Amino acid sequence: MNSVEYYKDHFEQLQSSEKADELKAIREKAFNAFSKWGIPTTKHEEWKYTRVSSLFNKPYQFSGSPVFDAKELDSMRLPGYEQANELVFVNGFFSLSLSKIISKNLNVIPLELAASGEYKEIISANLGHSSNYLKDGINALNTAFVNGGVFVHIPKGKVMEHPLYIYNIADAAGDSVFAQPRCLVHVAENAQLQIVETYITMGTAESFTNQVMEIVVAENALLEYYKIQNDVANASQVSTTHIRQIGKSYVHTVVVSLNGGIVRNNLNMVMEAERCESHLYGLYFQKGRSHIDNHTIVDNVKPNCFSNELYKGVLNDEATGVFNGKIFVRQQAQKTNAYQSNKNILLSDNASVNTKPQLEIYADDVKCSHGCTVGQLDEDALFYLRSRGITEKSAYSMLVQAFAADILEHVKPAPIKGYIEQLIAGQLVF
Amino acid sequence: MLKIHNLRAGIEGREILNGINLEIKAGEVHAIMGPNGSGKSTLASVLAGKQNYEITGGTVEFLGKDLLELSPEARAAEGLFLAFQYPIEIPGLSTTNFIKTAVNEVRKYHGKEPLDAVSFLKMMKQKMALMNIDQSLLSRPLNEGFSGGEKKRNEIFQMAMLEPKLAILDETDSGLDIDAIRVVSNGVNKLKNKDNAVLMVTHYQRLLDYIVPDFVHVLYKGRIVKSGTKELALELEERGYDFIKSEVDVEQEA
Repeated sequence: MNSVEYYKDHFEQLQSSEKADELKAIREKAFNAFSKWGIPTTKHEEWKYTRVSSLFNKPYQFSGSPVFDAKELDSMRLPGYEQANELVFVNGFFSLSLSKIISKNLNVIPLELAASGEYKEIISANLGHSSNYLKDGINALNTAFVNGGVFVHIPKGKVMEHPLYIYNIADAAGDSVFAQPRCLVHVAENAQLQIVETYITMGTAESFTNQVMEIVVAENALLEYYKIQNDVANASQVSTTHIRQIGKSYVHTVVVSLNGGIVRNNLNMVMEAERCESHLYGLYFQKGRSHIDNHTIVDNVKPNCFSNELYKGVLNDEATGVFNGKIFVRQQAQKTNAYQSNKNILLSDNASVNTKPQLEIYADDVKCSHGCTVGQLDEDALFYLRSRGITEKSAYSMLVQAFAADILEHVKPAPIKGYIEQLIAGQLVF
Repeated sequence: MLKIHNLRAGIEGREILNGINLEIKAGEVHAIMGPNGSGKSTLASVLAGKQNYEITGGTVEFLGKDLLELSPEARAAEGLFLAFQYPIEIPGLSTTNFIKTAVNEVRKYHGKEPLDAVSFLKMMKQKMALMNIDQSLLSRPLNEGFSGGEKKRNEIFQMAMLEPKLAILDETDSGLDIDAIRVVSNGVNKLKNKDNAVLMVTHYQRLLDYIVPDFVHVLYKGRIVKSGTKELALELEERGYDFIKSEVDVEQEA
């Protein structure tokens, strides 16, 4: 099935069914880009180890806002939800009725509305910025179909005491689902925000999510972003989180990838102002036949920025993993400090990981480092634990949790940290 | 308690233990001394169940059971404890969590309920006081950043928590100064009683001033070539291992 033809019909339907809106032109441009690039195959360097083309070619339901029972949501809520703002997307469409806003300074507006209102300039300056870094049909496809997305704004100086939980629900109880959620988040000067995002597929049919979230962080603002991927084997996703630091600011991200089908994360950190600081942490613990591909880009556009990246992986059974960390240091970005490390542990003979650091440095007064390791659990450490009466299985479990511990240190919201620790313990039932 | 009969073991095709014979009864303290390369640490590792060693002959009976058939964790649960020469650092694993898991897994092996948090804490505090261990040592990740002395004290603290029947101390004094040796020895002496036993593997006589052995054995080229009382240790201190070596080598030639 020719994917461009397939999507063209649906695209034309979307463009014709909506009343004239600001996003129409953006969609048009994106669809042209999609037509030009198509869906990448494994011949593309960036997609060498992750086969997604077949995921885009299935006969999905392109339904509009689906009917979803609010009671179902209760079992999916993340711990600490009583004290959190919650945004709910169902099959890629934002649902205001299922969402809950408790912080009075948290502005959540449908993207179409925001594009024509007071936030017009922010939207036009930032929506689609990710396409500068992800020149592929997948990113363009999401933009071509942007509909039912959301704009989140934290005004100047406002500190969000309550975190923002975002649930991406795929209702695959009947037909297979293809969801394309879209978000633009703006954290204004001196504001602070914590985001925790997760993905849940209901039902037994296949679900595929092609998500783009673009976040703008202004001067002296602070952003913590946590992603938890623990879905069913039938659920695959390409998830792009594109963060622009447009002023001197602090960002840290923790991406925890556990179960799922084929999961590809694009995490971009664009440091467009001097003295920005960013920390990128990742933990992936794969088993069965799941596949995780973490692609990250840290772009040092301006001088004096600091970035630190640590991704750790544990792979069991026949699981496969990919890590590609790019660091760009532009010519004027002198005094850049950029560090990257990827450590992997393989627990079985058939698990494998492909890890590739990629540094492009055009300035000459910088400190950059990269390193990657692939190994097994330390035999001496295992023996030490067993010599104290700890069974082999428990010893494995303890060593894997010890390996993950320093990543989890960076998950600040306590209920979320506890939740992730539990999930990891669950992965360790051998 | 422990009966080793003609034990032979090696690694990568090379035989290191060439027929060890040793018997340890409850309430006894034994020391095994010997020059470098004699097989002292190999013996300790083989008894604890380290897998990379291959047993090529002999038997080991521990409390009436065939020790060589048991996994390392089963040996520990049966009451065998090895205080490592080089305790491993495990960043990310808290010392407290480690000991709690060990204590409870041993209890489970014996069909007992695990200790609840309160009882465990009480037991820990009691043993900490007994062993003179500082609270701060226990909240850190296992052995991470510990000095040599702190690591060895942590080994003895674990021994106090697990209450083994046979404690094998593998070169516990190596890398320690006199004060550290004194502290560690005090700990071991407090734990000694008529129902358990201690087997010290050591190169130097020094430790034996603090933990006084009932029996001293000399290991050379994988066999116990001489046994005696603590006087033998003093003799070795004075004359060095050479006199043993020449005695044995002469015998072998004859």
